[in-house]
Amino acid sequence: MVGETAHPTAMTQRLYALTFRLPLILWYGAFFVGPLLFTVAMSFFLVKNYRMVEAFETVNWARMFSRGFFWDAYWRTLGLAGMAAGLASLLAFPAAWALAFRATDTQRRWAISLLIIPFFTSYLVRVFSWYVILAEQGVVNAIIGTVGIGPITMLNTMIGTTVGYLTLVLPLVVILQTLALSSIDRDLIQAAGNLGCPPRRLLWRVILPTAKTGLIIAALIAFILCFGDFVSPYYLGGSKPPTLPILIIDTTKSGQQWPRAAVVAIVMIVTLLAIAFAAVTAAYAKRGKT
Amino acid sequence: MTKFQKSSGLIAPSRRDLLRYGTAGALAAPFVGRAWAQTTEINMLAWYGHGEPGIVGAFEEANNVKFVPKYYAGGDNMLALIAQSPPGTYDVILSDAEFVQQLNAAGYIEPLDAADYPFDDMLYPDFAKFPGHWKDGTLYSMMVRFGHLGVSYNTTAISAEDAMSYKCFWNDGVKGKVGHFDWHLPSLGMISLYNGNGAGLWDLDDGKWDAVQETTMSLRPQVGGYFDYGGTFNSLKNGEMLAMCGIGDWITGVLEKDGATVASVIPEEGGIQWTESYCIGKGSAKADLVKTFIQYMLSPEGQVKSAQMAAYPGNCITKAGLAMLNEVDPAEAKRTHQVTGDPMNPITLIETGRIHYRDIPVQQTLEDWNDFWSEYKNA
Repeated sequence: MVGETAHPTAMTQRLYALTFRLPLILWYGAFFVGPLLFTVAMSFFLVKNYRMVEAFETVNWARMFSRGFFWDAYWRTLGLAGMAAGLASLLAFPAAWALAFRATDTQRRWAISLLIIPFFTSYLVRVFSWYVILAEQGVVNAIIGTVGIGPITMLNTMIGTTVGYLTLVLPLVVILQTLALSSIDRDLIQAAGNLGCPPRRLLWRVILPTAKTGLIIAALIAFILCFGDFVSPYYLGGSKPPTLPILIIDTTKSGQQWPRAAVVAIVMIVTLLAIAFAAVTAAYAKRGKT
Repeated sequence: MTKFQKSSGLIAPSRRDLLRYGTAGALAAPFVGRAWAQTTEINMLAWYGHGEPGIVGAFEEANNVKFVPKYYAGGDNMLALIAQSPPGTYDVILSDAEFVQQLNAAGYIEPLDAADYPFDDMLYPDFAKFPGHWKDGTLYSMMVRFGHLGVSYNTTAISAEDAMSYKCFWNDGVKGKVGHFDWHLPSLGMISLYNGNGAGLWDLDDGKWDAVQETTMSLRPQVGGYFDYGGTFNSLKNGEMLAMCGIGDWITGVLEKDGATVASVIPEEGGIQWTESYCIGKGSAKADLVKTFIQYMLSPEGQVKSAQMAAYPGNCITKAGLAMLNEVDPAEAKRTHQVTGDPMNPITLIETGRIHYRDIPVQQTLEDWNDFWSEYKNA
């Protein structure tokens, strides 16, 4: 009797909960899973007379995987994004440390507001503004030229690409690291200090392990953004050599080869999923366990 | 005793109020009328600049239309955009001439009536029967402008004499400073000309294609970057690139007018002609208006506007257009060699066989060329 009366209540609760979950499920279904499945299907289509024709052929996969330039671009993109994420994490850490442990509440609020301001402007505009600074006749070379150095070529090189990547991710990484470090229990730090823990050991044994989740997630987001970025390697790196997003553009531009571009896109998605899964696993792993 | 308030002018207008409101109404009437007549939107698919006020503004004003442009860069890009859109999306399509055949084969464009256009006024006979524009005696696309691609260079880094050969791209002085417009067709076409393929630059057998690839690869150490339209402009303007492969006066002309030390020439090995033509999109409900617009662009006024286009200049194709350009803007006519007797006159260059119309590969597919282009960029 009790079970019979409890059943509709549980059902009602489940339906009630579903009404809140449903919009998210529908949204992801319509705008993420659906397009993703279509991209997978499209990678097996053919192109005839500049038009995509529905088919189930593996020729696009075979063609892209057999091309050296595809693998070159793949490893390069992976390396560049990893390097940018690592560099952003290292550069951001002292700033985040200062904001979390040294700054007053007011200073921290101001600093985080200022870090958000760059996002008010289009990323493309921010990237183009680097032309004035990095050009051979730009600001940086003018300054170092006064002491007889240079000019150094920075645009259309890896330096340009890296500067662009950092423009995209550095403010975000500082904010995320600040939040991660701010959430550390100060009593832990104080206790370690009282027990005579030297600063370097405090960093490695207390602060970094405690803020590990936030720090790894910040680096992961930086990696994801850089891995899929087209703007910096194209406009500041001169597309020389190209990354996977540029390869997608090149592939679609010529002969409307969307199916081959879909192959590149799927490889990128799978790579990101694998790396994100590994990073999240590492971020939430307990000490001493895997 | 009741005290009457003075009534407001709107409720009980005085004679002066009436005169004032009447005059204001009369003056506003034309604007009300103009707003009342609904403006017709014309969807345009074109290279950047063709839908800007400097080109279409006067036509819009005179015909109460509004152009809604969608810009592309490169014929493949244009085909992709059309293929992704339902029929009738674009009323007027500006196509690179070599892609008109593809547009027609795919059924993207309407036939035109040749009697509507000034074929008796063309500067060169080919312009009236441009390859691919006619099929079975029916006109499908109307040529409106053209330009030439050759060696584009910074005049402080490469001498005018050196620029007369594509060999200057391999000069030590421009190592790491040679840019490419990021489209395989014009760049590989130029290398094909450099290899001596002349009129057969697009029709390469395996041996010649291999040779073009080898020559192109030998240029790789010189290359400083691959750029789109904006990047090409910037890199030439700020001196990051001192020579550019794959472009011509359509980019350096704009910079030159702005005072930059850049120029374009047609080298001894020959140059490539880009040709732009207007088509009416299949299923367009505004075909008559588009026809009037194409006629306008072929009128002397339209031809001058095209020659002076801020985004990129193009040469006149009609005698009346050329005459008007020489009359109203002799400096631009002279700068672009569109004057009688100039040895670099675009028509003279065509007549003497120095110019070859841009085309698509004959013995290879576009994908083959693009694959090589990707390899080249990755090398």
